[in-house]
Amino acid sequence: MSAITTISGRAIPLRGNDIDTDRIIPARFLRCVTFDGLGEHVFADDRIQLKTAGKVHPFDNAAYAGASILIAGNNFGCGSSREHAPQSLQKWGINAVVGSSFAEIFFNNNIALGLPCVCLSASEIEKLQSVIEADPKLRVEVDLVAGQVRAGELTFAASIPEGARQMFLRGLWDATGQLLENMGKVRQRVTEIPYLNGF
Amino acid sequence: MSRGTLFDKVWQLHEIGQLEGGQRQLFIGLHLIHEVTSPQAFAMLRERNLTVAFPERTLATVDHIVPTADQTRPFVDTLAEEMMQSLEVNTRESGIRLYNVGSGKQGVVHIIAPELGLTQPGMTVACGDSHTATHGAFGAIAFGIGTSQVRDVLASQTLSMEPLKVRRVEVNGKLAPGVFAKDVILHIIRHLGVKGGVGFAYEFAGSCIEALGMEERMTICNMAIEGGARCGYINPDQITFDYLKGREFAPKGDEWQRAVAWWRSIASDVDADYDDLVRFDASDISPTLTWGITPGQALGLDEALPQVASFEEEEQDLIRQAYEYMDLRPGESMLGLAIDVAFIGSCTNGRISDLREVAHICQLHGGRVPASVKTVVVPGSEAVKAEAEAEGLDKIFVAHGFDWRNAGCSMCLAMNPDKLIGRQICASTSNRNFKGRQGSPSGRTLLMSPAMVALAALEGKVSDVRPLLKREVKS
Repeated sequence: MSAITTISGRAIPLRGNDIDTDRIIPARFLRCVTFDGLGEHVFADDRIQLKTAGKVHPFDNAAYAGASILIAGNNFGCGSSREHAPQSLQKWGINAVVGSSFAEIFFNNNIALGLPCVCLSASEIEKLQSVIEADPKLRVEVDLVAGQVRAGELTFAASIPEGARQMFLRGLWDATGQLLENMGKVRQRVTEIPYLNGF
Repeated sequence: MSRGTLFDKVWQLHEIGQLEGGQRQLFIGLHLIHEVTSPQAFAMLRERNLTVAFPERTLATVDHIVPTADQTRPFVDTLAEEMMQSLEVNTRESGIRLYNVGSGKQGVVHIIAPELGLTQPGMTVACGDSHTATHGAFGAIAFGIGTSQVRDVLASQTLSMEPLKVRRVEVNGKLAPGVFAKDVILHIIRHLGVKGGVGFAYEFAGSCIEALGMEERMTICNMAIEGGARCGYINPDQITFDYLKGREFAPKGDEWQRAVAWWRSIASDVDADYDDLVRFDASDISPTLTWGITPGQALGLDEALPQVASFEEEEQDLIRQAYEYMDLRPGESMLGLAIDVAFIGSCTNGRISDLREVAHICQLHGGRVPASVKTVVVPGSEAVKAEAEAEGLDKIFVAHGFDWRNAGCSMCLAMNPDKLIGRQICASTSNRNFKGRQGSPSGRTLLMSPAMVALAALEGKVSDVRPLLKREVKS
């Protein structure tokens, strides 16, 4: 797997806290045996509802078309373990998510896809979203090496658990290969676990 | 750092080592798979030319997409049929046991593994479903995982994970009549918050929790994830052992005695250290229901809907959004709110004890569900269905106007034909009240205990179950 060090591009601000996986990708789109095509359904119900109300969801706003960095709020991705949620974001074209906190399974699912999630404080998120809304063309950089999020003149110190950061920087985010290297140890441990050996 | 807890002991036993990126490699004792989150994982295995490492430690069933009314194959929903076929082919080719519809053992994955005695104390359990936390009721460490991690577990029977902190959540004292396990966990989530548990395993303890039966304990652990905790567990005790004894996959003969001794040894030590401790008093808990769009937006039946200003500033936007979506107003009472649909089932409350409670409420109430309310009673498994029918519960349900169905996830997340329509309000025993969760983008969910849902169905509105049950205690 390749190392992921810096993600840069235009960003899409998505205001609101506790946005759950059912909102990121409604359950009816989970009736599938591949992740292909999930991108177009990301936030499907939220987008339809806003459209019906005569408003525009950020994912439908032409000003943000082609943006690759999502700026979310607090507890983003709470709810289900469905990997369909990060898959739909990634297939839409999102390569990094900046938020003030993430639900744990969602965060781990994102690592496995090579989709970094980094945290800023709630007030920094607000500031970042405001500057992007004022200038949707602004280039944003998520720098995992320096641990920073930069946007125009602004530089924020971003936090990400060190284990996850290392997995991106060293190209180890897809864990399967590493896990398989230790199968000898795994088979040894199997002989030591009481419930696998008649107690 | 925690020390001497069940979590620490189980983690140490299963940790294979540290990975290059700093994460730990953890052996998984029981891997549960189903039709929604596994097909892509099997496809990834094929792409990489990998096979399933421990098919005998893996169990498959179908639950999310299975219709609860007409289960004739092929399913009417061609996408659902494709998912079924995919699971059938993948399990057959990999030598994984599949408990399919009609086997007598099919059901919601978190219901069947315990009832078969597959889930046992001291195990690590993983499943591509966030409610895997349920298995913690047995003193197992059980994680919900994504599809890439399902691939990892299939390929290696291990996961890459960060260790967790351990918070002891004590509930002490006795529950009043009409207050159930579901009320306890909604109360806990309401007070600790939907993200209060991020980074933690929750150890549920205290005299109230220890007095609960296994099925109630499963309800508590099931919703640990709704409080943000990666897993929740309860130390194994005599109640756990009594539940497991004699079940199909439980240890037998001499093995049983050795198993019980080991299970006792992995419980948290009396002098264990925790990263955090919170205490609740059972007598503070009243029948609790959600009014908003997260499981933490809950209140006791006696309380008025909260004022927006009573919440922290950063939460207020979401609270306003919840009021708008639910079409409710601060200061109002939830009592008397008319409902359109009642759903009884799911991995939270689809077990036999839940159904018995519903039948009990039907008999105490004596009435019939009004024509304005649609009801769906879904057993959590084919075994629960058979047990309920052997006890005559189905006849009670039907006599009181409830619709009795086949096992599945049903209307909890509506990936099958059971769905809310339009703005319907549903009193539900499930675990999530997210916007659109029950199949209609504008549908509304009120989470409650099975007894409360049963009474709401019979009355056609949110009602207080306590007078009914108090009368019974007196008589």
